[in-house]
Amino acid sequence: MAGRRAYLASMQPADLLQPSAAGLYAPQGGFHIDPTRAVDVALVTHGHADHARPGHGTVVATAETLKIMEVRYGAGFAGATQVAEPGATLRFGSVSVTFAPAGHVLGSAQILVEADGTRIVASGDYKRLPDPTCAPFVPIPCDVFITEATFGLPVFHHADPADEIAKLLASLARSSERAHMVGAYSLGKAQRVIRLLRDAGYDAPIYIHGALEKLCALYEELGVALGPLSPATVAKGAKGDFAGAVVIAPPGALQDRWARRFPDPVICHASGWMRIRQRAKQSGVELPLILSDHADWDELTRTIRDVGAKEVWVTHGREEALVRWCELNGIRAKPLHLVGYEDEPE
Amino acid sequence: MIIERMRLFASLLDNLVLTPQRNVKLRLLVDYFRATPDPARGYALAVLTGALDIPGVKPAMLRDLVRERVDAELFAYSYDFVGDFAETVSLIWPAEGDTDHPPDLAELVESLLRASRSDGPRIVERWLDALDTTERWALIKLVTGGLRVGVSARLAKQALAQLGGREIADIEEVWHGVEPPYTDLFAWLEGRADQPRSARAAPFRPVMLSQPIAEDDFARITPDTYAAEWKWDGIRVQAVRDGDVVRLYSRTGDDISRAFPDLVDGLDIEGALDGELLVGRPTDDGFVAGSFGDLQQRLNRKTVSRKLMASHPAFLRAYDCLIAGTEDVRAMPWEARRRRLETLVDDSRSGRIDLSPVLAYGSVDELRALRVDPPDPLIEGLMLKRRDSVYEAGRPKGPWFKWKRDPHLVDAVLMYAQRGHGKRSSFYSDYTFGVWRDAGDGDELVPVGKAYFGFTDEELAEIDRFVRNHTVNRFGPVREVVHTPTEGLVLEVAFEALNRSTRHKSGVAMRFPRISRLRWDKPPAEADRLETLVKLIRA
Repeated sequence: MAGRRAYLASMQPADLLQPSAAGLYAPQGGFHIDPTRAVDVALVTHGHADHARPGHGTVVATAETLKIMEVRYGAGFAGATQVAEPGATLRFGSVSVTFAPAGHVLGSAQILVEADGTRIVASGDYKRLPDPTCAPFVPIPCDVFITEATFGLPVFHHADPADEIAKLLASLARSSERAHMVGAYSLGKAQRVIRLLRDAGYDAPIYIHGALEKLCALYEELGVALGPLSPATVAKGAKGDFAGAVVIAPPGALQDRWARRFPDPVICHASGWMRIRQRAKQSGVELPLILSDHADWDELTRTIRDVGAKEVWVTHGREEALVRWCELNGIRAKPLHLVGYEDEPE
Repeated sequence: MIIERMRLFASLLDNLVLTPQRNVKLRLLVDYFRATPDPARGYALAVLTGALDIPGVKPAMLRDLVRERVDAELFAYSYDFVGDFAETVSLIWPAEGDTDHPPDLAELVESLLRASRSDGPRIVERWLDALDTTERWALIKLVTGGLRVGVSARLAKQALAQLGGREIADIEEVWHGVEPPYTDLFAWLEGRADQPRSARAAPFRPVMLSQPIAEDDFARITPDTYAAEWKWDGIRVQAVRDGDVVRLYSRTGDDISRAFPDLVDGLDIEGALDGELLVGRPTDDGFVAGSFGDLQQRLNRKTVSRKLMASHPAFLRAYDCLIAGTEDVRAMPWEARRRRLETLVDDSRSGRIDLSPVLAYGSVDELRALRVDPPDPLIEGLMLKRRDSVYEAGRPKGPWFKWKRDPHLVDAVLMYAQRGHGKRSSFYSDYTFGVWRDAGDGDELVPVGKAYFGFTDEELAEIDRFVRNHTVNRFGPVREVVHTPTEGLVLEVAFEALNRSTRHKSGVAMRFPRISRLRWDKPPAEADRLETLVKLIRA
């Protein structure tokens, strides 16, 4: 016994959770976190497709994330599912696991992984700015904090969401003859934009691309009221129908043939990348809305301080700059070089 | 009184960046000039036209300032990602911005203009701390120039013309006589004062441009009514000597004297000449015109070395005069001006000025023969000038025609397509095309050019459909389309000339390529070969 205890006491965090070909793996618990290929047991932080993939033996996730996966992949997306209640601790072998809100999209969670006094938080994707469509991020004290770095450069400062929505409403008032096409990721960002518009008093019907319909309905079902929504379909020759309307579509659709049906649209894009003017200009965006579901530089660095981690692992994004910041601030840090996770779509 | 005009200027620049439509940009500019008082709007105009020089602050000093505040490595990562210095600094600068004391644009510019090289950076630093992100960005753009907001000096002048209900030529006429903050210019535009008198010596005068000749114009072309000249493929310039002051202007009024000091030295006749700047090869008895490649050696340089001036001397081939001696002759008919020009050029002793000859002809058919077989590779066609035409700024229809040589045509295969901008952002409208060459183990296509106009809207839709249905690879906004000997789209491409290029894999660069026809009927294997193109390269 004594030997075993001594071994555990000297356990390195990398023994508890380590990068593998399929993603982060906990050998003692026998599970992966957000695996990018099919595994036996998958703990899934949130429903975005690069984190939540179909085909696993068992998926453990929040009730909302499981519903999102079902909507996206159909009922048989995994062999079995297990609901992780936020705050409740689950056991996997000698490892305990606790889900906690990450503030990224509806149902998004961080996962605290603990064994013998070592605490690692895998934060998935997260943000600290308030979001009316999901529960706010909770900082969890830990030894190792695993963070994304999508906006991990000191030039990224997201704006106040209310100000960005005000920009959109001002443009609508100014150019009431033009449709406003907002590019927004179909899970999370789109519903957040709609909810923010409602909070700002916009009560007209909002037109949505077909790719958003099921997820918007699910958000409604899960208690996020979105107000009147209509499909953004149009009969030939009826372009005038959308004058002055807000149309929400996945960013890719804005550059697709789909977009041609609207009258001289104002192309808007809701994304953290919109902070960079030349990026917005290059992608043909006329009204950039700096609105992201990922932490900006200040949120990333503040969070690292808040959780008091001695060590930081950076999963995806602009990891070199965040690692450099940790170095400058006396915190050990390393990039994990995990593959298969995407940037916020441009 | 301190007014929040720096904020207005910053939001003007911000709006200009993101506005693709030229008309909307114009409206933004006119509105700004109308709403902003002197002298702030004049400084804004100077920034937009690149006329503001702040000697006390140079970009290197800004880099030093940033280094004092931000870790060099973090800055490097960020600059790398953002790609624009002003934007990077404005975003990375560690300050919130003290919004209680927004600066007055004029006060800010004047304090910078007065500042020494030691004070300048400190003033900038103070403002970087006080301003918000967008204002910081505008401040750095203001200090360093190089706006990248999609506004040319010409567009700014167009806005001034609109503001004052004038023609752009009127603005250009006075432009070189006025200076920041342009209070006299605005006073004139708003009808509160007379036209500013050009205090500057050797000012620029707006040039006269020609129209392309159309089929039904030929009926008017007779030797008695129209004079014919060669159309030279050099740079259109206006060469002005006013007492001891000599300046060389581009056709848009940019002062390019510094790039051609050899020619400036050779302008030994008083007046304002219109002509073509060519680069010669020195021979035992003077210069002979060199190739377009020789001219390229002298283009896009701010300064020029002695060696290059000796090997590639610049000279002027004159064809008109606006001022003869000190007399403005623009209201005289072309024939009278031509006689004055001949006398003037005859007086030159520098060997740097010669006359573009007037061509004798009897009929349009004779002109046609001249046009297809010019004696010099630098000739790109004919100019036809009505003998009684006055020198009129702009592009009037009728007095001057250009009759360019027919373009070269080549059948090339579409290789890559990229989405366009603005109205075309949902269409693949920028095309990279290639021709065949021997790759050792068979033929391969090598890209030879890129074109994004020349087709109709219907053709655009057809190509777009083809691109979407035949994509074999995607690279961001670019799609690679199928291009094998048996499968692909052949484009007939028209272009003006072909130059040797070290920057392109094919070794050739096209001038003004455009799509002239879609060859759905032609299998890609029958498209042209690189060897055919290489023969067209100009000596």
